[in-house]
Amino acid sequence: MSRQPAPNRAGRAALNAAAYAVTVFLLLPTLIIIPMSAGPERLLSFPPKGFSLRWYGEYFGDEDWIRATLFSAEAGVIAAVCATTVGTMLALALVRGRLPGKGLVELLVIGPVIVPHIALAVAMFLVFEQLRLTGSLLGLAMAHTVLALPFVVFTVLAALYRFDAELERASLSCGAGPGSTFLHVTLPLIAPGLISAALFAFIISFDEAVVSFFISDLDRKTLPRKMFEDIDFNISPTLAAVATMLTALTIAALLIGYALRRGMERRARRTKP
Amino acid sequence: MGVQEGARGQVTVEALAKRFGPVKAIDNVSLRVGAGEFLALLGPSGSGKTTILMAIAGFEYPDEGRILIGGEDVTWAPPNRRNLGMVFQRYTLFPHMSVLENIAFPLKMRRIGRTEREERARAALETVRLGGMGDRRPSQLSGGQQQRVAIARAIVYQPRVLLMDEPLSALDKNLREEMQLEIKHLQQRIGITVVFVTHDQTEALTMADRVAVLDHGRLQQIGAPRDLYETPETVFVAGFIGETNFCEGRLDHSAAAGEPVFVGLDGGGQMSAIAAQALPAGGRIKVALRPERLRVLPTGDGPAARVTEAIYAGNATTLMLEAEGGQRLRARIPAGGGLHEARPGDHVRLSWQTADARAFAA
Ligand SMILES: Nc1ncnc2c1ncn2[C@@H]1O[C@H](COP(=O)(O)OP(=O)(O)OP(=O)(O)O)[C@@H](O)[C@H]1O
Ligand SMILES: [Mg+2]
Repeated sequence: MSRQPAPNRAGRAALNAAAYAVTVFLLLPTLIIIPMSAGPERLLSFPPKGFSLRWYGEYFGDEDWIRATLFSAEAGVIAAVCATTVGTMLALALVRGRLPGKGLVELLVIGPVIVPHIALAVAMFLVFEQLRLTGSLLGLAMAHTVLALPFVVFTVLAALYRFDAELERASLSCGAGPGSTFLHVTLPLIAPGLISAALFAFIISFDEAVVSFFISDLDRKTLPRKMFEDIDFNISPTLAAVATMLTALTIAALLIGYALRRGMERRARRTKP
Repeated sequence: MGVQEGARGQVTVEALAKRFGPVKAIDNVSLRVGAGEFLALLGPSGSGKTTILMAIAGFEYPDEGRILIGGEDVTWAPPNRRNLGMVFQRYTLFPHMSVLENIAFPLKMRRIGRTEREERARAALETVRLGGMGDRRPSQLSGGQQQRVAIARAIVYQPRVLLMDEPLSALDKNLREEMQLEIKHLQQRIGITVVFVTHDQTEALTMADRVAVLDHGRLQQIGAPRDLYETPETVFVAGFIGETNFCEGRLDHSAAAGEPVFVGLDGGGQMSAIAAQALPAGGRIKVALRPERLRVLPTGDGPAARVTEAIYAGNATTLMLEAEGGQRLRARIPAGGGLHEARPGDHVRLSWQTADARAFAA
């Protein structure tokens, strides 16, 4: 890599610079929120004139904020568990199974990524209204399960492709049935992928706003909905504090997921002669 | 070797066939492995060795034919119900378990209690000379050690049959030779039936009681290493096992297997040989003659030849020869045996025992 001809190297440097510039441009608003959340004034301002954590205190002291957070967390956990379970089974069927119409299943799984969220939200609202699922925790968790499913399936598929399928044969030859083989061999080895998928699913549900807006209601609102509503009549730095915490949580989840997948890859490489 | 009908360790493959699309991976193969016997499946790449082994193991189901283990028809039984030991080419140890846990795994699946499990796993680890390594992870072992653990895991539940698919091909030469003997000794000590896949003929000849040679999914010959080398039954086996000279020609009368024949060589002259198989009249013939069976004499009434090259290799000298009709041959002269001082350009006479030259329909 270090022996590239000069013009090529210059071109590469320019490309890198452009990529970094775009990244910074995209990240800047998110990053500016952080100092804004730690300013002492009542109105959002930049740059902040001092340092204070009072808006974080405000959040933790406000029953409305906490209720919305807990509701979102509940929905997120249920969606993460459901999406991981269903997504893992789907990924297994796609890799190991001989199911007819594999391509169609794959297409259906990718669906929620391609269809605009707003269209999905309208569709879900119309269906859930009939089923009296709007405004319920169950309805919200179901909707978020669907949204998170593609990401789970792709994460687990990646884990399964890295997994050495011959280990399953070895297990069968040891006298373990297909169930025991999954439990004792496949599952422990793809577990980091599953945890990473579950974290991802949780985050997708936790900060999802569009679908939540349509199918949650005023008594039981999610955290993103509460944030959205707050912006309308009271632009307080509490909002910036919440946004900062949400960002930190997302980054933490992604980093943990990344570390888990890296560990899995290293192990796969070490044990393949 | 007491090979009794239906003995627990006996493996019978009956008229097995398996296609993958247009490829006949196994083409009507029948063979029987006696209890306690070491059988090698030998053949070039793609000859169907692995497919046969996988059918015995239960990972492939045949299109036709039956597989019996200990007299019981297991053709359609799932792999985990066959109670076979299996060692794969890549060691396939479970990376998330310790060495001891790996070996104890089959016992756990058989619902054997923890104490007995550990005891037997430790004993198996001793058997493969790795005592004291039980707490390590597979990734902390060398290739040879990992393969030993895989063997321990495959024999810890005392299956009657052990299947191995090129278990040594990932190891370097010295270690491979060491492991060949070790596996052979282990097999003799515990009296287990082994079906061993390899494409390395030296490995097959040194380890196996009998060798089954395969080509294009077809069983070419099955027999003791000595029989395969000295009395090959097909031209493929003659060429595949060891080194050989082929002389091409034609036979103007038919001959039954075992009959002496005179083959008219393409380059002129006649060659005395034994028909290795039934030969049709007027058919093209290939005569196989091992280099060490070709005698090179300073004088005599045999065919004349010229030495083109002499390659000295310590214990033997290989002479490259060109016979009068243009036929190229090689002869191997053991050190201290006759004309090994021959030099390029020397004129010599050739001679061989009729029984050492085997004629095949080409
Ligand atoms: N799952 C499969 N799908 C399609 N073709 C297959 C499959 N398995 C084997 N074959 C084909 O069947 C033939 C026999 O393959 P097999 O693996 O048994 O050969 P082998 O003797 O073990 O060769 P090698 O020494 O390369 O391992 C080959 O032509 C191979 O390409
Ligand atoms: Mg093979």
